[in-house]
Amino acid sequence: MNKMGVKAYTWKLDIANGRVDLSHGAGGRAMGQLIEDIFHKALDNDWLRAGNDQSTFAVPSGRMVMTTDGYVVSPLFFPGGNIGTLAVHGTINDIAMAGAVPLYLSACFIIEEGFPLADLECIAQSMGDASRETGVPIITGDTKVVERGKADGVFISTAGVGRVPDGLDLRADAAQPGDAVIISGSIGDHGVAVMSKRENLEFDTAIISDSAALHGLVAAMVAAGGKHIRLMRDPTRGGIAATLNEIANQSKIGFHIDEEAIPLKPEVAAACEFLGLDPLNVANEGKLVAVVAPDGADVVLAAMQAHPLGAEAMLIGHAVADENCFVQMATSFGGGRIVDWLSGEQLPRIC
Amino acid sequence: MKYIDEYRDGRLAMDIARQIVATADLVRSYHFMEFCGGHTHAISRYGLEDLLPPNVRMIHGPGCPVCVLPIGRIDAAIALAMRPEVTLCTYGDLMRVPGSDGSNLLKAKAAGADIRMVYSTLDALRIAEAEPNRDVVFFAIGFETTTPPTALALKAAIAKGLGNFSIFCNHVLTPAAIQNILESPDVRKLGTIKIDGFIGPAHVSTVIGTEPYEFFAEEFQKPVVVAGFEPLDVIQAILMLVRQVNDGRHEVENQYIRAVTVFGNEKAQAEVANFFELRESFEWRGLGEVPYGALRLRPQYATYDAEKRFSMVTPAAKDNPACECGAILRGARNPADCKLFGTVCTPDTPMGSCMVSSEGACAAHWTYGRLREKARQADAGRAVA
Repeated sequence: MNKMGVKAYTWKLDIANGRVDLSHGAGGRAMGQLIEDIFHKALDNDWLRAGNDQSTFAVPSGRMVMTTDGYVVSPLFFPGGNIGTLAVHGTINDIAMAGAVPLYLSACFIIEEGFPLADLECIAQSMGDASRETGVPIITGDTKVVERGKADGVFISTAGVGRVPDGLDLRADAAQPGDAVIISGSIGDHGVAVMSKRENLEFDTAIISDSAALHGLVAAMVAAGGKHIRLMRDPTRGGIAATLNEIANQSKIGFHIDEEAIPLKPEVAAACEFLGLDPLNVANEGKLVAVVAPDGADVVLAAMQAHPLGAEAMLIGHAVADENCFVQMATSFGGGRIVDWLSGEQLPRIC
Repeated sequence: MKYIDEYRDGRLAMDIARQIVATADLVRSYHFMEFCGGHTHAISRYGLEDLLPPNVRMIHGPGCPVCVLPIGRIDAAIALAMRPEVTLCTYGDLMRVPGSDGSNLLKAKAAGADIRMVYSTLDALRIAEAEPNRDVVFFAIGFETTTPPTALALKAAIAKGLGNFSIFCNHVLTPAAIQNILESPDVRKLGTIKIDGFIGPAHVSTVIGTEPYEFFAEEFQKPVVVAGFEPLDVIQAILMLVRQVNDGRHEVENQYIRAVTVFGNEKAQAEVANFFELRESFEWRGLGEVPYGALRLRPQYATYDAEKRFSMVTPAAKDNPACECGAILRGARNPADCKLFGTVCTPDTPMGSCMVSSEGACAAHWTYGRLREKARQADAGRAVA
C-alpha cells in the first residue's frame, strides 16, 4: 500500500517465476513496483522510506572519507556470499582501511534483461542483512535495466562515506623501513571459493569466501594502537602480492616477508596447487594488511588476535630500505625469491 | 597436503644441497639444462639456485609449449578466429602470446572474434555440443602430456558424430627438441654452450616413459635424469646428474619412480598413434625448423583437422630481430643478456616467446631472478671496489 492507502500496482510482482524486463528500468509503474517490492523491502530504513531521489544526512565534525566501487563478480553466487554481500563488505572495507567509521552507503544496480526476480530479491535481501549486521545503512540507490547481452546478470556499484577518527592520518606513502607487516588471517579463501563455482572449472571444496566487513576489527586496532598504524589495505584482486607491491612503490621502500609465516589453509593451498595458481595472487574479501611502526607491532597484533576477524593474524615480515621497491620472500624451501605483480589474469597452467 | 609438503621439506633440501656441495668437483663446472618450463618454474619459485654451489649452473631450456609456438601459427589462429562462423577454444595462457604487429588472441577477442578460454579439451567439446551452429575449433598445443587428452576429445567427437568440432594441432615432441639442441652448431661444433646433462620432464615421461631418451644419452653421451616438478625432485635430480658426470656415465636415470616407467603409458601412446602422425618438419619459435618435432592429424581424420577444413595457411612471420629468444632457449644466452629484457619486453608487454608464459625462461627470470641479478652485480661492484 502506498501513502494514500490505495493499491498502487495492478498485478503482484511474480518474484518466484518472473524475470526483469526492460519496463522495470523504464521509469514507469513497473520500475516503481520493482524498487518498492524488492529493494525498499530488503534494505528498509527511514531514508529509503522517505522516497526521495537523494538522501539527506547530518555530517559529523572532523575529516570525512568517501569511496566508490563496482562489483562484476562471476558467478554471482558463491560459497560464503554473493555479489550483494560483496558490494556491502567491499565498500565498508575501503572506508575502514582509512581507519574510518563507515556511516552510509549507496547502491546502483545495472540489471540485464531476463534476470530472474528471485535472484534479484535474494541479492537485495543479502545486502539488507549485511547492512543491518554491519550497522551501515544503504540510504540511496538507482536501478537501470539493459538489454539482454549487455551485462552479465547484474552489476552493482556502491559508494560509501565515513568519518576518520581525530588524530588518524593513514597514507599509502607512509611505510618506513623497519615497519612490521601484519596480515589479519588466511589468504586466498575468496578467490578459491569463487573459482570453485566458475563455469568449466567447478571442483568440490569446503572453502567458503572470507567476505566480511572489517570496520569492527579496524576500530579495535585503532583503539589499541592507532598512532602506530602507518597504513592499511585490503588485499582484494591481485592478492597480497599486488597489495605489498603497491605499498612498496607508493612508499618507496621494499618488503621482506616469510612464506612460512603467511597463514594459508591447506585446502586453499591444495586448490592453488591443482590449478597452478600462486595463493599470493589470489583475491581476498575479508582480510587486511597493516603496516605498523615497530614499537606498536605487538599491541596492534594482540588487538587483532583478540577480535574474531583477526584471530589468525600474523606478523609476516618487515619493510626494508630498497630503491628497487622489491617485495622479497624467504621461501619455505630455504631459498629466496621476488614476489611480483601479477601480469594479466592469473590462469591455470597448461601442463 | 602431506603428499605435497613432503616434497618441499626445507631441511631435506639443505641435506641434498650439502651432498651436492660435497660431491661436485671444485675444479670443474657443471651445466645442466632443465628442459621443461615446469622445472624452470620450480627452480625460480623455490629459489633453488640459492642452494647450489657456484660451479653448478642451471640452463633454462625450451620446454614451454606456449613459448615455442611460432608467431605464424598465432597469426593463423587469429585469422581463423576472425571468421564469423568459428568459435576458437584456447587455453588461457595462449591469449597473450604475441603474433605479428603486436596482435594477440586477447586483442582479436576484443575486436569481435569468438574466442573462449577453456580449461580442458572436454570444455571445447561441450561447447561444440551445446552450439551446433558454431564451428568449434580447439587450439591444441603442448608436449606429450597434453596430446592424449586431445586424442580422447577427437575420439569422443567422432563417437558423438559432432560435425562442428575440429582441432588446430600444434602438439610438439620433447626428444626431437633435445636432439635439435644437441645437434645445433653452437653446442656440437663450436662448443660455445656447455651442456653436461639434462633434467627430463616427468609428466612427459609418464606418457612416453624413459626409453625415448636412451638414444641420445648414448649418441651424444649426455646423462639424463627424468625428474618430477616438486623442488625436492629437482634438487635430487641435480645431485644424480653431478654423480653421473663425476663417474663419466651418460645414462638415463629415473628420479620420478613414483609415476614413470621405462615404456610409459602404452594405452595413451596407442590413442595418440591412432589419431596423429609425425610432421616431417615443424617450426619451433626460437629453434627454427625441427625435423619430426611435431604431430598432425592422420589423413583419415581430415574433417577434424582445422588446417585442412579451413584451408589455413601459416604466414611467414619473423620475431623482433633484437629478440634473443632463440639463443636463450638453446642456453647460449641468459635472459638478462637480451637488450629487450626488462626494457620493452616484460611479462605485461612480451616481445619474445620466453617472456610470454609464466614458465618461459625470461618470465621466470623477470619474476624471480631479477633480485639475484642485482645481488650479483652488487657483489661484483664490491669486489671491484
